[in-house]
Amino acid sequence: MTTTKPTLLLVGYGMVGHRFLEALADTGAAARYRVVVLAEEPRPAYDRVGLTSYFSGRSADDLLLAEEGFTDRHGFEVHLSSPAVSLDPAARTVTTAAGHTLSYDTLVLATGSYPFVPPVDGRDAEGCFVYRTIEDLQAIEAYSAGARVGAVVGGGLLGLEAAGALKGLGLETHVVEFAPRLMPVQVDDAGGAALRRTIESMGVVVHTGIGTKAITVAEGRAVGMSFTDDSELATDLVVFSAGVRPRDQLAREAGLTVGERGGIAIDEHCRTSDPHVFAIGECALAVDGRVYGLVAPGYEMAVSVAQQLAEQAAQPFTGADLSTKLKLLGVDVASFGDAFGSTPGSLDVVYSDSRSGVYKKLVVTGEGELLGGILVGDASAYATLRPLAGTGRPLPVPAESLVLPAGADTAVSLGSSALPDEAVVCSCNNVTKGTIRAAVTDHQCTTVPEVKKCTRAGTNCGSCVKLLGTIVADELEAGGVEVDRGLCPCFAHTRAELYEIVLVKRIPTHRQLLAEHGRAPEGSEGCEVCKPTVASIIASLAPELEASGHILDGEQSGLQDTNDHFLANLQKNGSYSVVPRIPGGEITPDKLIVIGEVAKEFGLYTKITGGQRIDLFGASVDQLPMIWSRLVAAGFESGHAYGKSLRTVKSCVGSTWCRYGVQDSVAMAIQLELRYRGLRSPHKLKSAVSGCARECAEARGKDFGVIATTNGWNLYVGGNGGATPRHADLLAQDLDDEQLVRLIDRFLMFYIRTADRLERTSTWLERIEGGLDHVREVVVEDSLGIAEELEALMARHIGDYQDEWAATLADPERMRRFVSFVNAPGVPDPSIRFVPERDQVKPDLVLLATEEQLLAALDPDNAPFPADRILEEAR
Amino acid sequence: MTITASATRVELLSPAGWSPVCDWDLLVPGRGVAVLLPDGRQAAVFRDGSDRIYAVDNRDPFTGAYVLSRGLIGSTADGRVYVASPLLKQRFDLLTGECLDDEDVRIAVHTARSA
Ligand code: SRM
Ligand SMILES: Cc1cc2nc3c(=O)[nH]c(=O)nc-3n(C[C@H](O)[C@H](O)[C@H](O)COP(=O)(O)OP(=O)(O)OC[C@H]3O[C@@H](n4cnc5c(N)ncnc54)[C@H](O)[C@@H]3O)c2cc1C
Ligand code: SF4
Ligand code: FES
Repeated sequence: MTTTKPTLLLVGYGMVGHRFLEALADTGAAARYRVVVLAEEPRPAYDRVGLTSYFSGRSADDLLLAEEGFTDRHGFEVHLSSPAVSLDPAARTVTTAAGHTLSYDTLVLATGSYPFVPPVDGRDAEGCFVYRTIEDLQAIEAYSAGARVGAVVGGGLLGLEAAGALKGLGLETHVVEFAPRLMPVQVDDAGGAALRRTIESMGVVVHTGIGTKAITVAEGRAVGMSFTDDSELATDLVVFSAGVRPRDQLAREAGLTVGERGGIAIDEHCRTSDPHVFAIGECALAVDGRVYGLVAPGYEMAVSVAQQLAEQAAQPFTGADLSTKLKLLGVDVASFGDAFGSTPGSLDVVYSDSRSGVYKKLVVTGEGELLGGILVGDASAYATLRPLAGTGRPLPVPAESLVLPAGADTAVSLGSSALPDEAVVCSCNNVTKGTIRAAVTDHQCTTVPEVKKCTRAGTNCGSCVKLLGTIVADELEAGGVEVDRGLCPCFAHTRAELYEIVLVKRIPTHRQLLAEHGRAPEGSEGCEVCKPTVASIIASLAPELEASGHILDGEQSGLQDTNDHFLANLQKNGSYSVVPRIPGGEITPDKLIVIGEVAKEFGLYTKITGGQRIDLFGASVDQLPMIWSRLVAAGFESGHAYGKSLRTVKSCVGSTWCRYGVQDSVAMAIQLELRYRGLRSPHKLKSAVSGCARECAEARGKDFGVIATTNGWNLYVGGNGGATPRHADLLAQDLDDEQLVRLIDRFLMFYIRTADRLERTSTWLERIEGGLDHVREVVVEDSLGIAEELEALMARHIGDYQDEWAATLADPERMRRFVSFVNAPGVPDPSIRFVPERDQVKPDLVLLATEEQLLAALDPDNAPFPADRILEEAR
Repeated sequence: MTITASATRVELLSPAGWSPVCDWDLLVPGRGVAVLLPDGRQAAVFRDGSDRIYAVDNRDPFTGAYVLSRGLIGSTADGRVYVASPLLKQRFDLLTGECLDDEDVRIAVHTARSA
C-alpha cells in the first residue's frame, strides 16, 4: 500500500506503548500517520501491573490490554516478536532483529525497563529467574513443580509481590533485602517493621540488612545462596527482584543523550535530544531527573505525546506522584504524596499497633492540610486520602481521627463526598472525580464497567475501583440528572454523613450543625426535613454527645415532628392516638382492663393494631398527660408509635403452648422489644420472633426477624411489609441467645449509622455497596473492625433508656406544651368533636369543612371570652 | 406556673386594637402555639430562630384541621420563613400566608408583636 502519510514508528508495545496507541486513536492523530509498532514480546501489550494475578487464575489472554480488533480497527501495523536492534537517527531508520530496516518520520521509544540482576556468581544457573513478563512467570511456575524452597532477592514492592507468588506456589519462601527494612523506597522504618511482622506471621522468612554474595550451583542448578554476613541458605529457586533499569540501549548506541545512571533524557514534552524521537514510560529520564517505575506517569507521557502529534494543546510532563497501593501477601501497603515528610514544617500523625501489624502515618502541614502518608496493614483509607493529599485544603476532620482503627472511639473514614471534583481518583490513569461523575451524567454510563471503559479509571492496579464504585453509585442514585445527594436544601450531606459529623465533632445541636456544616444562608431556620432527622441522629447518639436523651428537652423540643413533640400520633382531625407498649404482644388481663377503663373514661376509639397491640384514638393534646398518668401508673410505657424508632416485636405463641414450637418465641420477642425500645433510627424498625419454621409471627416481613430452629435462632434482616414488600434475608444461622442479641446490636447500629433518612432496612440493604454480603462481613465477620464500637453504642443506648412518657409527666417544663391553647389552658379545642359509629366514636369531619361551620357550632357554654381575660385566668 | 414580672407579652392586632395572647417565654424557637381569639377563631403564633414573631390562621386549609401551630417552621433558600403543616406537609409563608406548594391557596395572617 502506498501512502503519503508520514510514518510514526513505535518501538516497544508494553503498557505505555498501548496507552499511546489508544491516545493516538482518541485524539485523532492516528488518522494523520501510518502507524507501525515493533514489539519484542510475542503478544500485544498486557497488564504488567496485574501480572501476579496470573498465578491466581487470570490467563495470559485475560491480561491483554486491548480489546479484540483494536489495532486493526485503527489501521495500526503491529509486528510481534520483532525487537528493534539499532537506530540511525540521521537516516531516520530502525533495524529489526530479523534484519528489516524501517524508515520513520517520528519515532516513539517505549521500551520499558529490564530487571536488574546483581552481578553475583551463579546468577545464570538453572533455577534463577526474574519477574517481569508472562514468560518469566510461566517459567517460574514450571520450575516450582520440582522445588521446595524459593528465595527472592529484593524486599521492595516487586520482590514482595514475587514472594507472595512463590508462597502461593507452595514453596517455603524467603525474602532477602539489602536495606535494613522492607520496601525501603515506600515506607519508613516503623512501617517496614509493621510490614515485616505481618509477613513473617504468614510464614515468609525475612532477612534484612544482608547482601547476596553468590548463588551456589550444583550440576548447573541453583541449590543455595551465600550472603555478605557469611550465612547460607539452601534453596531450589531464586527470583531476582532487585530493581529495574531503563532499556535505553537503542538510544544510547545511537548517540542520543542518556542519564548517568541510565534512562533516555527527555524534555518536558517527552522529546529526546533528537527532535524526531520521543521517549515515554519507564525507559525515559524525565526533566526532574527521575526514571518513573510506575505506570501512571508513563500514561501521562503517552497522552502528552499523542496530543502533540494531533497538534492539540498538550500537558507537559514535569514529574509525577509516586503513590502506590499494593496488596502484598494479603497485607495492604500504601504510600502516597510526601510520605517521608520532606516538606519543611510538616508534622507526622502516627498510629501504630505492633500486635495487629497496623501502622498508619499521615504527613500534614501545621494548618492541617494533608501532604502524604504511609498505611500498612489497613490501607482502606488510601483511595480517599490520596486524592486529598497536596490539594492544599485542610482535612475535613482532624488527622488523628483518620489514623485510628475503625473501632476506636473517634475514628472516622472519609466518604467519597470528602473529595473535591478535581481530586484524582484513579492515579494510574489520572482520572479525576469530576471526570467519573461526568461519565454518568453526560455520557449516560450506568455501570462501573461502562464507566471504566469510558474514563479508563480502574483499569490498571484496581486500587481505585471501590471508590469508583461509590462515586458511580452515588451518581446513579441521583438519577443521572444534576446530582444533589444532600439531605435537604439546608444540607449538602447525606444523613449518614451528618451522622459521622455529629459523632466525630460531637455537635449536640441542629443550630450548630447548620451553622458549621449547612449550605443554607446565614440565619436559616433549617427545615421540616433536616430538623427531625438531625434530632433523631442526636437522640441516637445522646449518651456519646452528653446531650439529654429526652426528645422534649432543650433545642430537641423545637426539632421534633408533631408526633414526637406530643409523644402521640396526629390524626386527621387534629386529635391524637395513644399506643402503649405491649412487648411481644403479651398482656395480662389486668392491663387489658386498665386499657379498657382508660378508653371508656376518655371516650377513645379502641382498635387492635396490625402490630399486636392496642391503639386508643381521639385524644386531644390536653388529655394526653391525664391518659398517660393512668397508663404509667398501671405499668405501661410509651410504645413509640410516633417515633422513627423501634415499633413492635411481634411474637407467635411458641414452644410454651404450641405443639410445633421449638423455642420460646414470646420470651425472646419480649427480650428484644425491651432491649431496643426507644432506639431512634432513620426509619421505623419492626421485628418479630416465630417459634418454628411455620412462621406465624411473619418474621421475614420485618426489619429484623428471628425464627427458631432446634439449635437456636436464625436471624433474618431487611424484611418489609408496606408498599414494597420484601422478604428478609438470612444473616446468620443457629445462634444462641447471646449471639443473636450481639448480631442484632451490631446490625441495628450499623444501619443507623449508614442509612439515609426514611430508608427502611430493606431499601438500605439493596442500596449499599456489596449488599447483604457486605453487611454480613461487617456485622458477622467484623471486617471493618467496628463491631465493638457498634456494640458499645448500643450498650450505652440501652443503659440510657428511660420511658419518655414517665419522664415527661415528672417534669413541669415538659408538661407545659400539653394545652390546646396557650392563652386558655383547660379550654378544650372546639374543633375536635366526634360522632358515633359502631358503638364507638369517629372524627366529626363536617365540623372542619369551613371555619364558619366551626364558629356556628360553638357551644354557648364554651363561649369565647376576651383573650386578656383568658390570660389572666391562666395565672 | 410562675411568671416573672419582666416576662414580655405577645400581642395580636385586631380591629379592637392590640390584645395580649401569651407570654413570650411560652414560645419555643422554631415552634408554634395555638391561641384562641375572642371571636372563637384560632391563630397559630410562632417564634423563629432569630426571635421574630409571626401569627397565621391555625386552620390547615387542606384538611380543615386546626393544627398549623403544631407544624415545624423552616426557611427557604431565599430566606422566606414558613410553617409546614403537620398533616400533609404543605408549606405556608408566615409573612404572606401564601402556600408555597399550591399557589391557589393562601391563609390569613395576623399582625403580631412582643410588648
Ligand atoms: C395503627 C396501625 C394500623 C392498625 O390499626 O393496625 C398503623 C397505623 C399507621 N401506619 Fe402502619 N400501622 C400499623 C401497622 C403496620 C404494619 C403491620 C405490622 O407492623 O406488622 C405495616 C406493614 C409492615 C411494615 O411496616 O413493613 C405498616 C406499614 C406502614 C407504612 C409503610 C411502611 C413501608 O416501609 O412501606 C407506613 C408509612 C410510613 O411509615 O412511611 C405506615 C404508617 C402508619 C401511620 C403512622 C400513618 C400516619 O402517619 O398517620 C399510621 C398511624 C398510626 C397511629 O396513628 O397510631 N404504616 N403499618 C398499625 C400500628 C402497629 C403498631 O402497633 O404500632
Ligand atoms: C510484577 C509487577 C508489578 C507491578 N506493579 C505495579 C503497580 O502496582 N503499580 C505501578 O504503577 N506499576 C507497577 N509495575 C510497573 C509497571 O508494570 C511499569 O511501570 C509499566 O509496565 C511500564 O510500562 P512501559 O510500557 O514503559 O514498559 P513495559 O510495560 O515494560 O513495556 C516495554 C515493552 O517494550 C518492549 N521492548 C523493549 N525493548 C524493545 C525493543 N528494542 N524493541 C521492541 N520492543 C522492545 C518490552 O519487551 C516490553 O514489552 C509493576 C511491574 C511488575 C513487573
Ligand atoms: S410459628 Fe410455629 S411455634 Fe409459632 S405458633 Fe406458628 S406453628 Fe406454633
Ligand atoms: S488507581 Fe490504579 S487503576 Fe485506578
